[in-house]
Amino acid sequence: MSLAITGAIAAEERPWSEIVDAARGQTVYWNAWGGDDKTNAFIEWAGAEVSRSYGVTISHVKLTDTAEAVSRVVAEKAAGRESGGSVDLIWINGPNFFAMKDQGLLYGPFVEALPNYALVDEEGKPSNVVDFTIPVEGYAAPWRVAQIAFVYDSARVERGDLPGSMAAMVGWAAANPGRLTHPNARNFLGATFLKQALYELVEDEAVLQEPATDENFEEVTSPLWHWYDTLRPHLWRGGADFPNSSSDLDRLLDDGEIEIAITFNPATAALLSESGLLPESARVYFLEEGTIGNTSFVAIPFNAANKEGAMVVANFLMSPQAQARAQVPTVLGAFTVLDLDRLDESERAAFETSSDHPAMPSPAEIPPVQLEPHPSWMTRIVEAWEARTAR
Amino acid sequence: MLRLAPAITLVMLLGPIVAGLLGTLGPAFGYLPVLGANTVSLDPWRELLSHSGFSSALALTIVSGFGATVISLALCIALCATSAGSRGFERLQRALPPLLSTPHVAIAIGFAFLIAPSGFFARAFSPWATGWDRPPGFATVNDVYGLSLIAGLVLKETAYLALMTIAATGQVAMRASMDAAAALGYSPSRAFIAVVAPRIYAQIRLPVYAALAYSLSNVEMALILGPGNPPTLAVLAARWFAGYDLAQYFPAAAAATLQFAVVLTGVGVWRLMEIPVGAIHRRWVMRGRRRGFMEPALAATAGLGKLSVTLAFASIAILALWSLAFRWRFPDFLPETWSLAIWAQHLGSVARLAGVTALIATVSTLIALTLTLACLENEQRRAVRVGRGALWALYIPLLVPQIAFLFGVQTLLVRLGFDGSMGAVIWAHLIFVLPYVFLSLADPYRALDPRFARSAAALGASPSRIFFTVKLPMLLKSLGVSAAIGFSVSVALYLPTLFTGAGRVSTLTTEAVTLSSGGDRRVIAVYAFIQAALPLVVYAAALVAPAILYRNRRGLR
Repeated sequence: MSLAITGAIAAEERPWSEIVDAARGQTVYWNAWGGDDKTNAFIEWAGAEVSRSYGVTISHVKLTDTAEAVSRVVAEKAAGRESGGSVDLIWINGPNFFAMKDQGLLYGPFVEALPNYALVDEEGKPSNVVDFTIPVEGYAAPWRVAQIAFVYDSARVERGDLPGSMAAMVGWAAANPGRLTHPNARNFLGATFLKQALYELVEDEAVLQEPATDENFEEVTSPLWHWYDTLRPHLWRGGADFPNSSSDLDRLLDDGEIEIAITFNPATAALLSESGLLPESARVYFLEEGTIGNTSFVAIPFNAANKEGAMVVANFLMSPQAQARAQVPTVLGAFTVLDLDRLDESERAAFETSSDHPAMPSPAEIPPVQLEPHPSWMTRIVEAWEARTAR
Repeated sequence: MLRLAPAITLVMLLGPIVAGLLGTLGPAFGYLPVLGANTVSLDPWRELLSHSGFSSALALTIVSGFGATVISLALCIALCATSAGSRGFERLQRALPPLLSTPHVAIAIGFAFLIAPSGFFARAFSPWATGWDRPPGFATVNDVYGLSLIAGLVLKETAYLALMTIAATGQVAMRASMDAAAALGYSPSRAFIAVVAPRIYAQIRLPVYAALAYSLSNVEMALILGPGNPPTLAVLAARWFAGYDLAQYFPAAAAATLQFAVVLTGVGVWRLMEIPVGAIHRRWVMRGRRRGFMEPALAATAGLGKLSVTLAFASIAILALWSLAFRWRFPDFLPETWSLAIWAQHLGSVARLAGVTALIATVSTLIALTLTLACLENEQRRAVRVGRGALWALYIPLLVPQIAFLFGVQTLLVRLGFDGSMGAVIWAHLIFVLPYVFLSLADPYRALDPRFARSAAALGASPSRIFFTVKLPMLLKSLGVSAAIGFSVSVALYLPTLFTGAGRVSTLTTEAVTLSSGGDRRVIAVYAFIQAALPLVVYAAALVAPAILYRNRRGLR
């Protein structure tokens, strides 16, 4: 794990106009998880916009798992392909970002070259500059903020009856057997369900901000596994089977198979009830002590064939226009990465009109954000979970 | 040039397979120089064997592979036995080709929509008969025993084997044998089992092995219908190959190599089992019983066969239904609100993917047709007798598990800087398209009455002129059918596109599989429906074209 950033990669220092000129005519292969229809539609919209304004085409490579793109870049590096790589831009964070940055697989630092980066909120939203405890250092551009919330159908369950903490999930699940589950832990959201519990159950949260080690992993996570062993028999299908993804989970909620679905997007209820995937009575709620939040980034592999085009796309994603659109509850409902104080009056207005949907949580309801643990916790938890749940 | 055709064909076909197998075998034993692994070791195997779900994954693979093949073959034989010599046989012959051309992925997705706990069948009987106002809490898809996976495979393989059986009946003088048996007092279905089935089995042996190999090693159906933790061996290997931790390549390569061994052993075991089964069959025939429990048993099995065919069609129908729904909540029997919104939203993307899919399928089919015709024409001009070896060579791509050589192919392509190109994807498709095109075209080509060519030659026509103006036009119908089969094979390919396309080339199939991991059934239905419709349209065109082109030549229609 001692691979330093290799000398071949240098900071982006060209003036923006030069980058924009070079980008014209490029096709950017944006590798992004393709399991969410709304995000896919947003990427298509962004493609149309950058094509019109910059002559850059976006080709969305739909992944079932971000690791696929990382693996491709790693394989290309192993094969000695230093340029002309097949991945131009990756939607990334957490262990995938850590792996790529750690192995010197990212291009940059490049974000300072992007004019819109000046609008990004670095103080109020610390996850924009520190991803899962890893300093981003300009190797990735933030484009949406996510925070854990839980979706339920208010026509079926009373808000007051819902568990307010991960610990309380056990009692709730025992009283409502089969009505709770999480995506399998290989899925990003599934792993986060376990991390959310770890956060609450761990004796000293500070330990999670440091890498997990062979020495401390077992001890630190033992309350988590104790909790999980008590919870699991009460889960959907007796905890023998898990949905594949967040969309799978939302479908179970709509079908009435489960009552509570974890989500990374507090706008999920608004978003999905508008598109016919959840009832209009769907709502979200948060845990009392707060929930984990993080920032989604886009990063450029060291050998990307169309780096300039990729930077144009990254810059566009941080534009007030794209950020305001992403925040509309029926588009993505994603919180902005920008500091609204740095926008002018008319730009700011676009952000203020977008949160009056009945299924949107009010700003007062949204609890403090808990910072993501070091990626090694996630990697190890996933491995341990797989070993525990395999037959 | 023409005399090189067989050699070129073999190299195009087997070159990547051999190179890919070796490229997978190396890392399976810890050897992958690009990653700095230069020594041979057994560590990858140790890691594979100590993986917590390994033994369940292996058991699941074997049970689902053999289970699906045995059931499919039984259903196929029962279907043919009970309908042979009656009008039902022709009905079967007409019903099956559309199913053969429908990709596995579309059938799997539609089938899951039917049988899922919140699926169409549960809705049809809920809540009035079942009392369920919510979906039942047990797994009817992705079940840990692989039952839904087996069922899904059966829907597809029964149709495939039954069509192969029907084609083989032409070569075994079925009518005469059955008439003779009937004269001795055998019922038609008993006569079929006693005197026709053994000879047919000899004809369809290779297709049966291909079905077994596919059932043991497929990834796409196991992803959609199989369990997740642990999955089948092939899915486990594919999952490790896709992980960002390159150290996982080694156990993945070991799993892929083991998959190859499982298929080899599986086919070997099947071949050995043919001996006792044959002996039992002979003793049973010798006893000469004319009546017994066999007739009702066959009728019942054939009933299941018909159910399987019906379910396969229903799987496609449910895709159409879901794609038109807007709000369709459990336990509503039909959608609460209908809409074309999902189609409208995805039309652009669907059309683009359909274009890429059709392009890859068309080019690979045209190359396959060219190579096939060159081989067959060479064979006729030089009067070569083609042995069993050539037939086996053609079946190699259908027997070797895709996962066992595609990883090696991928590393090779990356080395050559050729990955993610259309050329690479088309070549990978050709490997699978060519055998089907060759096998479907060879018989009609060889069966063409040689007197036509001789008459033309006597009139002074050159061999090429005879080929282009006599043989090809007369074979137009067969060419069309072969092309349609090749096209549908290409459309259905998942893993070859994934491994050679580097994410840059995606087709309706890769998109449908990616989407199927998400949850919006309406969107999944749109892509899967188009994926199913595309080969069907081509198949229909292949049937209609000769009828239009030769509307004034009755013998060629």
